Amino acid sequence: MKILRISVLTAVATAGMALVGSAHAGTTFDAVKKKGFVQCGVSTGLPGFSATDDKGAWKGIDVDACRAVAAALFGDANKVKYTPLNAKERFTALQSGEVDMLPRNTTWTYTRDTSLGLNFAGVNYYDGQGFMVTKKLGVKSAKELSGAQVCIQAGTTTELNLADYFRANKMEYKAITYDSSDETVKAFESGRCDMLTSDQSQLYALRIKLADPSSAIVLPEIISKEPLGPVVRQGDDEWFNLVRWSLFAQLNAEEAGITMKNVDEMMKSADPNVRRILGVEGVKGEFLGVDDKWAYNIIKQVGNYGEMFERNVGQGSALKISRGQNALWNKGGIQYAPPIR
Amino acid sequence: MSHNFVPLPDQPPPTASVGAIGWLRRNLFSSIGNTLLTLLSIYVLAVSLPPVINWAFIDADWVGVSRDACTSGGACWVFVSARFETFMYGFFPAEETWRINLIYGSLFLCMAPLFFDKFPYKVQLGAFVIFVFPIFGFILMFGGVFGLTPVETSQWGGMTLTLLLASVGCVAALPLGILLALGRQATNMPAVKSMCVLFIEFWRGVPLITVLFMSSVMLPLFLPEGVSFDKLLRALIGITLFQSAYMAEVVRGGLQAIPKGQYEAADALGLSYWKKMGLIVLPQAMKIVIPGIVNTFIALFKDTTLVIIVGLLEILGMVQNALNDPNWLGYSTEGYVFTAFMFWIFCFSMSRYSQALERKLHTGHKR
Amino acid sequence: MADETSERDIPAKPRRLTDPKFRALVFQILASITVAAFLFFIVRNTLHNMELRGISTGFGFLDRVSGFGILQSLIEYDESSTYGRTFLVGLLNTLLVSALGVFFATLIGFVMGVLRLSSNWLINKLATVYIETFRNIPLLLQIFFWYFAIGFNLPSPRQSITVGESLFLNNRGLYLPAPVFEDGFMATGLAIVGSIIAVIFLARWARKRFEATGQLFHTVYASLAILIGVPTLVYVATGMPMHLDYPTLQGFNFKGGLTVIPELFALTLALSIYTGAFIAETVRSGIQSVSHGQTEAASALGLRPSWTLRLVVIPQAMRVIIPPLTSQYLNLTKNSSLAAAIGYPDLVAVFAGTTLNQTGQAVEVIAITMSVYLVLSLVISVFMNWYNAKMALRER
Repeated sequence: MKILRISVLTAVATAGMALVGSAHAGTTFDAVKKKGFVQCGVSTGLPGFSATDDKGAWKGIDVDACRAVAAALFGDANKVKYTPLNAKERFTALQSGEVDMLPRNTTWTYTRDTSLGLNFAGVNYYDGQGFMVTKKLGVKSAKELSGAQVCIQAGTTTELNLADYFRANKMEYKAITYDSSDETVKAFESGRCDMLTSDQSQLYALRIKLADPSSAIVLPEIISKEPLGPVVRQGDDEWFNLVRWSLFAQLNAEEAGITMKNVDEMMKSADPNVRRILGVEGVKGEFLGVDDKWAYNIIKQVGNYGEMFERNVGQGSALKISRGQNALWNKGGIQYAPPIR
Repeated sequence: MSHNFVPLPDQPPPTASVGAIGWLRRNLFSSIGNTLLTLLSIYVLAVSLPPVINWAFIDADWVGVSRDACTSGGACWVFVSARFETFMYGFFPAEETWRINLIYGSLFLCMAPLFFDKFPYKVQLGAFVIFVFPIFGFILMFGGVFGLTPVETSQWGGMTLTLLLASVGCVAALPLGILLALGRQATNMPAVKSMCVLFIEFWRGVPLITVLFMSSVMLPLFLPEGVSFDKLLRALIGITLFQSAYMAEVVRGGLQAIPKGQYEAADALGLSYWKKMGLIVLPQAMKIVIPGIVNTFIALFKDTTLVIIVGLLEILGMVQNALNDPNWLGYSTEGYVFTAFMFWIFCFSMSRYSQALERKLHTGHKR
Repeated sequence: MADETSERDIPAKPRRLTDPKFRALVFQILASITVAAFLFFIVRNTLHNMELRGISTGFGFLDRVSGFGILQSLIEYDESSTYGRTFLVGLLNTLLVSALGVFFATLIGFVMGVLRLSSNWLINKLATVYIETFRNIPLLLQIFFWYFAIGFNLPSPRQSITVGESLFLNNRGLYLPAPVFEDGFMATGLAIVGSIIAVIFLARWARKRFEATGQLFHTVYASLAILIGVPTLVYVATGMPMHLDYPTLQGFNFKGGLTVIPELFALTLALSIYTGAFIAETVRSGIQSVSHGQTEAASALGLRPSWTLRLVVIPQAMRVIIPPLTSQYLNLTKNSSLAAAIGYPDLVAVFAGTTLNQTGQAVEVIAITMSVYLVLSLVISVFMNWYNAKMALRER
């Protein structure tokens, strides 16, 4: 009898679970709001983009993308939890709902945008793929590198670009593919491969991981377009809007000269554009489903785009990357955000 | 005529067959082939051992805080001692590590009596360790109640995580494994039997890496929308399912070793299936399979290193992580040797324990 | 339970609910329903989730062009090949490393297992130290050790360790001379095949004669003579139509010859040493399981020790050794998936790694990968079961 009873119960419970499963389906926006934090998919360690400092706290441009969203949604940039992902896991993790957003120096491409069920919310860093070689190899251009062994990280667009570049130039190569960037650097340093290829920004980041950073040089060639940006799941427009406009708010703030320091004074500014950005007049936060002070919170806690850039990868960091393409459109770059109005 | 026969005292054995020389002759130079082998191995040892000993002990640096202390050209154990905390506790907040120590300490206190034959309450204590202790340990690790600061699972790591994954995986897999083994033995229920066989063979046939990958990134796809678990929990689910298949096979071995008479006697007494199994068969079978369980535990303990692949940093992951620190580049050998030593100590002592158990438990079941 | 006492009064047929057959049937139906419901639940959730998130499904991606390079491929492969091709490349690389691992692990295991029982104290202890050390250290750690700690510290190509200027070892791999076959090599190839067939027939004939007359024939020596002698004769007669292609240093890398990439080298080494330690234990217990009476009886019959080993001990030990040996081979094959950790392009690294990532079709890719391992396990166990049945004691 007992067996019967137990099995009936199990069957009923399973059927019940199946029913419950269909009963609640919510958007990411509501789900995040309910649980009270943003689950942020970051890299396993890439200085300047997402890496832990010696106290175990996450720092970097990509980390700040999540912090900005948390600031906009909760008014507190610290309401973020991080999931370190390697390149291989990242899309599956986002698709499966393990993370809410993926600002993991991920390149915006046609296939990813259309066939993976993902949406790119914007571009927080314009990048391009480059090569790093050791100085003593004595090469000036990637074109001299036929027959080279190349260290590369698995599951990236760089893997494809590399193949394209060598094919187009009729050169031969051997790609040695590792799971994490740490292993790639280690292999490069040990001499397992002649060169390391990755996005240029990453090359600078990886170079400071070498025991002697001056022993390696980054070649001038840039062989691809790599617009990097935060990614969210498709079909979740509310959440998509929030992520996208959190980035745009930072760009608009830089353009309008609003910084972390002066944002409180700027609240009293007479400039209608500044007043709109900070939610003092005109547009309402409720269009995004957040507080009117959402942009104020982002700027106050995370800073504008320029500040974020300089702090993480620019002159304020060990990477010392210049703004280049990532300067604002009116300062010679291509960073351009639609207006807040 | 008193010709009493008085035997002469024994001659001492030839000097070549007793004492050190005799031992050498018997054990090292008993034949030409053996002599050659011995000489060859002595040569190999003489060539290889001194550099290793020099590197590991004589030329090694033991004290210091940074790589500047490593000057003598041998192993730099400073790397290990400087990073020892992270290797043991992961990123667990330094001011909270007493909680982990408390778990280790109390676990040791609970386990110690189990090694003494005379201790009367072995079963009760064992049950306590398996069923109640995990709750206590979980509260201490996780915090959040009784004024303990909550510590997120992402901060768990190092040796603590290794032990946690292995022991939780093993304890959770045991009941599932027993059920599966019983199902596999249920000849009167072909459907149940074949489902159990399928389950067991599936998990035994796939590599743990793919299981971990599946549980880490695909499990949320299997669940209703919006339901998701912690990364560590997902890895644990994968490990438990994987381990339960191996456990089932071990338990099956034990079930098969119980004489048929025992089953028949239980049937004759009119015991129901569960009573027959629970009171007659399993207690005897479990006694036989304890060494086998320890062996699968050792295997699992070593396999926990694979969680690196899904981004959990157990001890090997922590060492890998430390090796990427620009301040400590180039000490991979030291890091790996240390980790190997830690694993070796655990696995070797456990396997010795399981062998001793096997000898001890063997007595009652010689048929 | 109260019902059961009252049931005692009913003498004839037991009530249906207490009939074990009926209960077994009901229980099975319920269990099947539960499992089916659970599976349905999972499948439905997955489909729902995938549809909701716009993830493309199906196996159409296998025909699309992959566009990435793979470090080592046993078949023709380049960037314009399909994803389906990457699957084959990965699978073959997995099979290659597994086969190499099984071969070397068996070799190491049998040698060490026999040495472990050696009467020579020193040899015995050395074998014990080997077994106890490598058995108790995680495989992944050993792979890391050989690859990162040893492999990466080898000299660069220019300072390669070399044996006779034809074999080079450096941090890019092991470079060996490769045989290059010229036109007339066909004859030698045929000679090799022919002599293998001849040896098989010879062995059969020798066994039959032995069973009929009791005369022993030195099959081993004769086969070796045929195997080496005939092809060499043909090879020389046809004018040695083969030469060795030696690796040479060109620029910053070696060109020509046969390259064993360090990833393969480290993985094979780690797999063989690790599994070898387990096989050694298996072999030891197998040999020890042969009762001492058997060896004594063989000695009493006047058999030489080598014959005792060959005719009495090994055939009986093999029966004990084979089942655990099978599971070691299975483990080795599954463990070869750790290749991903050091960048060896096996099935998990290439297919469940890069291909999965470029296509994003996790469910399909993981399903294919898991089935491959399941099939591999099945094939190995079927083969070993067949061999086991062949070796099993034929009781009369």
